[in-house]
Amino acid sequence: MSHTLPPALAEIVNDFGLCERQEKIALLVDYANQLLPPPPEAFADGDAPESVPECMTPVSLRVLQTDGRLRFYFDVPPDAPLIRGYAAIMQQGLWDATPEEILRIPADFYHVMGLEELLTPQRLNGLTAILAHVKRIALRLMQKPSSAEA
Amino acid sequence: MSGEYAHPEALVETEWVAEHLNDPKVRLVESNEDPLLYETGHIPGAVKVDWFTTLQHPLRRDFIEKPQFEELCRRLGIANDTTVVFYGDKNNWFACYAFWLFAYYGHEHLKIMNGGRTKWVAEGRPLTTEVPTYPPTDYKAKDPDPSIRAFREDVFRQMERGLPLVDVRSPQEYSGELIHMPNYPQEGAQRGGHIPGAVNIPWAQAVNPETSTFKPAAELRQLYEQYGITPDKEIIAYCRIGERSSLTWFVLRYLLGYPHVKNYDGSWTEWGNLVNAPIEK
Repeated sequence: MSHTLPPALAEIVNDFGLCERQEKIALLVDYANQLLPPPPEAFADGDAPESVPECMTPVSLRVLQTDGRLRFYFDVPPDAPLIRGYAAIMQQGLWDATPEEILRIPADFYHVMGLEELLTPQRLNGLTAILAHVKRIALRLMQKPSSAEA
Repeated sequence: MSGEYAHPEALVETEWVAEHLNDPKVRLVESNEDPLLYETGHIPGAVKVDWFTTLQHPLRRDFIEKPQFEELCRRLGIANDTTVVFYGDKNNWFACYAFWLFAYYGHEHLKIMNGGRTKWVAEGRPLTTEVPTYPPTDYKAKDPDPSIRAFREDVFRQMERGLPLVDVRSPQEYSGELIHMPNYPQEGAQRGGHIPGAVNIPWAQAVNPETSTFKPAAELRQLYEQYGITPDKEIIAYCRIGERSSLTWFVLRYLLGYPHVKNYDGSWTEWGNLVNAPIEK
């Protein structure tokens, strides 16, 4: 399955698959702490960030596009580390990916991470929701490329 | 303020907790909706109880059984005479869920930290990532207390007798417009609506949104009594999976002293999937 994932995301998925339950929690916390804020150029067009309404936590995101490659920046409250962890996994896993690569990611890509032992299906939905939203943005940018879009 | 409550001993303030951090007779338990929050920092000395990985039965849809509950308490260093203080995120909803399960297995000394994690953090009180370990105990649980838990048969009887049911979900879930809270993924039940005859009193109305603390007794009494939820009646509260309604159960049972209140933990994810169960919209 991993051949359909951008290499960085494939590596993250494999890392989780190798972890024991408690290690998965520690790894998710590590990712939550690594979430990168948007750089100034992500605010260049003055547009408000796009919110992810599927997510229970107020999540918004911005995307920067350079030479056909995308970088996503998420805004997630500090008291929602699980969602911050999800966001950081998507941020790092999709770093400089093309819209085509993003659209090829299967919706169940996270199954091999083994998060079901930690999280209810309800909570796993957050990850699917973020992926679905990122894919919609990728599709839109494929149809109407521009240098920066929020 | 807590003096007005029927059982003020079931509630402690953050100040009390700060003064009892090293009290060997007190065990702090953090129980959150976000399963990573404890790992990012918790009250010094607090142990973690996750409602899903710790409290749920590993196979069927149920809670852990008595021997597993005893094992949990032994592992967390909780003895039969330990005072267990619960706190957590989101107005203490999962803290109340854990409290309810401890009450179900007959633990006698249970408290909720008023204001939960939010208030502790807002007051600038200390957090640590250090996970404590305690000497194991010889905990003995009691048999489950059926007087605080409703199963679907109880709910059918309640409905047929026209006795009070409190639906503590959001108005949109109650009306059937949504089957989960606004902004949550809409899944988990085949049908939307509420149990016929249930009144809608959203759970968070019991809490002051500014401080995350419970509202004063007089306000709480008015909130429930205006819908006919009075102490002389047998009451069943429900939500989607029983966590929000365990907060309402706590408020009715301990803050207002209603003697007969049950939490229906099957809640809408059971009722909204039951074949042939009546639904009102």
